[in-house]
Amino acid sequence: MKKFAWLLTLIVALSMVLAACGTAAPATEAPVAATEAPVAATEAPVVATEPPVPAEPFRVAVVMPSAINDLAFSQSMYDALVRIQEEMGGPEAFEFVYSEGMFVVDDAAAAIRDYASQGYNLVIAHGSQYGSSLQEIAPDFPETSFAWGTTAETFGLPNIFAYEAASQEGGYVNGVLAATLSTSKVIGVVGPIEVGDAKLYVDGFKAGVAATNPEVQVNVNYIGSFSDVALASEAATTHISAGADAMTGTAQMVVGAIGKAEEAGALWFGTQSNQSSLAPSIVVASQVYHWEVVLKEMIAMINEGELGGVSFRIDLENGGEVIEFNPEYALSDDAKALAEATIKGIADGTITITLP
Amino acid sequence: MISELFSVTVLIGILASGIRLATPYLYASIGETFGQRSGVLNLGVEGQMLLGAFAAFFVALTTGNLWFGVLAAMIVGALMGLLMAFVTVNLHAQQGISGIGFYLFGLGMSDLLFQKLMGTVETVKGFPPLKIPFLSNIPGVGEIFFNQNILVYGAYLLVPAAWFVLNKTTLGLKIRSVGENPDAADSLGVSVARVRYFTIILGGVLSGIAGASLSIALLNVFQQNMTSGLGFIAVALVYFGGWRPWGVLGGALLFSMVNSLQLWIQVLGIPIPSDIAVMMPYVLTILVLVATVSRVRAPTALTRPFERED
Repeated sequence: MKKFAWLLTLIVALSMVLAACGTAAPATEAPVAATEAPVAATEAPVVATEPPVPAEPFRVAVVMPSAINDLAFSQSMYDALVRIQEEMGGPEAFEFVYSEGMFVVDDAAAAIRDYASQGYNLVIAHGSQYGSSLQEIAPDFPETSFAWGTTAETFGLPNIFAYEAASQEGGYVNGVLAATLSTSKVIGVVGPIEVGDAKLYVDGFKAGVAATNPEVQVNVNYIGSFSDVALASEAATTHISAGADAMTGTAQMVVGAIGKAEEAGALWFGTQSNQSSLAPSIVVASQVYHWEVVLKEMIAMINEGELGGVSFRIDLENGGEVIEFNPEYALSDDAKALAEATIKGIADGTITITLP
Repeated sequence: MISELFSVTVLIGILASGIRLATPYLYASIGETFGQRSGVLNLGVEGQMLLGAFAAFFVALTTGNLWFGVLAAMIVGALMGLLMAFVTVNLHAQQGISGIGFYLFGLGMSDLLFQKLMGTVETVKGFPPLKIPFLSNIPGVGEIFFNQNILVYGAYLLVPAAWFVLNKTTLGLKIRSVGENPDAADSLGVSVARVRYFTIILGGVLSGIAGASLSIALLNVFQQNMTSGLGFIAVALVYFGGWRPWGVLGGALLFSMVNSLQLWIQVLGIPIPSDIAVMMPYVLTILVLVATVSRVRAPTALTRPFERED
């Protein structure tokens, strides 16, 4: 019997390793970093010698709830980091590692702590659910800068940056377009859970529709999950049966809904990442998050010695949110002009979005 | 607004959705029923479904043939079943724990393969709805029952087939006796190991098809962890259905119908908070389970490894 017990343990262990392999990225870098803290005391003289050329790369670690290729929330962060890396001149200047699929907050907290103790310059907790863990961890690593999103809360700690998206702005633009293009005057929305970024986006979308054509009916469905692709897909089918010919949705499980929209020939409006590739014939436009806009500000501040305490927001005005039109969808010039006027209006403040 | 729930379109919508949503549960739960009737609890269903879903999707995407996809899901499911059978039957491993191990294996492996072989979410053209001649023209009923894709029909045909095999054939008798009293079955010359190997592999095959029904028939995408707990609900439905195929069908339909009802409740704007609506299927299932719990008892040898006493 003992043999079986240990074989069983082996199998469980093996599968856990595999589960980890599937989701966690190679977190290289050895324990050297742990010895870094004592240096801080003698920091002043060190600074003087810094300018010379062979600078250390800026090192960033990210922990995110879903996969880097989810065409939604996590991918928006991954893509932003890739863009920064290209801009700064490759891995020699900017190095980043990530742990994806961290839907278990406990695991995420462990990963955040590990990265912090390995001396990364910036550790990003990309998920509002990681907040309370970060609040505990950040004070233990006063030399490390942390970023947490999406939120405006820094807990008053000097080494936490907060970042959020004004997702209602892109939602509003999508809503204006949807109300213009819908002929059945019924629009369906598939949301995950009625909180945070998703709720902001959906409320902004509804406001955009109402401002354009108050007769258009918006049916909203929160499915209670960020991962249940099957239920998201059935929610889309329900919207179509209820007469919707245009739909939108937010979070990573909407890939199921987009498929149903495509089958029924209903239009789709994306958010978080560009979702055109999934159904080129029906995706009209996507609100895309360009986190690099705020990340670059954080990096600049960290290089100046400022480790946190500031909250950032991406929106249409600062270019952190961009409406990307799908070139394969033939959007009429009138509709496109209307969308562009709306984007301009929100950016310069002539259009204000009132949320419920 | 409440009255809108009873309009013909909405009722047809609810029923047709419910029928579709129940499909993956049926494949997985019927497979699990065979396993449990022979005394083996397989908690790895979710992992088998995920690997089946990935295999079906990937093969369908690369070969363009959906049936190859289904076949791949069946083979992957069978291999997972074979492994599970070896661990539980030959090595006498504790079934619950090893099942969870297999779940984690499937979760990680399907994710790893997805990352390495595909890298991004893609779509595939899945099985189209197959209208049954004449029957699909019946108003209402035709729309609900006879305008679904082929894997949906398969799931419902599986129920009477499973009932027949379990109750009317020698094989079914062997399965049940192995699950009730393996010592007696063994003394009468029934190979407990062979019967259990058969049921566990069959369960794996059906779980694989359950995954395929998601990835190439109902959703036509593959995403990491796309089953999101569906395999565990399938295991619960076996208890709910009292280890009988018709009971499992009832449970799967109840759960799915209430789920599609709550989708419509939200779409129609009936003022119930979404969190409450989403809870409905689970709450109702638990209530029914509590109300009917003493009805039938579990197979006596369930979760007990068999060791011949020499």
